[in-house]
Amino acid sequence: MRRQEESPIILLGSRLLSPYIMLFGLYVIFFGHYSPGGGFQGGTLLAASILLIRLSGGRRVSRLQIQEFATTPLAVTGVIIYFLTGLAAMATGGYFLDYEQLPFLTMEPAYMRYWGILIIEVGIGLAVMAILVMIYDNMVKGEDYA
Amino acid sequence: MKALKIIILILFASVMIYAASDLPYRGDPDNLMHAEESITGTKVVGSYVIQEAYNDAKTPNIVTVILGDYRSVDTFGEQVVVFTAGLITILILRNRRRLT
Repeated sequence: MRRQEESPIILLGSRLLSPYIMLFGLYVIFFGHYSPGGGFQGGTLLAASILLIRLSGGRRVSRLQIQEFATTPLAVTGVIIYFLTGLAAMATGGYFLDYEQLPFLTMEPAYMRYWGILIIEVGIGLAVMAILVMIYDNMVKGEDYA
Repeated sequence: MKALKIIILILFASVMIYAASDLPYRGDPDNLMHAEESITGTKVVGSYVIQEAYNDAKTPNIVTVILGDYRSVDTFGEQVVVFTAGLITILILRNRRRLT
């Protein structure tokens, strides 16, 4: 890779832009019930905000945000949130991913489905964000990027 | 060679435009996909989803209800596919030895 100089202007611009992209990603995940959105789209936006810092700031700055070794456990956590939600519904006598049977929630069945969808979308968003960052980290591994 | 590519592109575009001219109008209530019963007289799934999605999950966005509730196992499979793609990048890219 060709050696390039660090540019404070690009780093400053991406520092300005990144929190807003991250906030919009969280909005897309948590308001997927009311507007177009959901786990996959919101997770991609969160990954974009993290990758912007990684592209512009380089390894030294991006280590402050999310460490490279932390992406794989985050991805596993996202998948396990989804899977344990399904298993918890099975443990109390329902079908797999039948949110009406979730423990620790006593509401009307329709509202329990509402909260169940929100829980699994958080899991999807976490997994997608961590996996996209993980793919980028593995591709530039060993190279002195930025 | 360049002319061949342009001819193929024009042919492909004309095929797509010809196919798109046969599509039904958007939002027309007489479309087959908006009907409650199909041609053979059976119930269509889409009409059930449109009528009952809010009562089932109290969620105004029908797409979220379909992805998160009715077809949640399918969404779980999609997430596992994405996760597998990440794992494969670990296996292929992370253990590369330096050739120098």
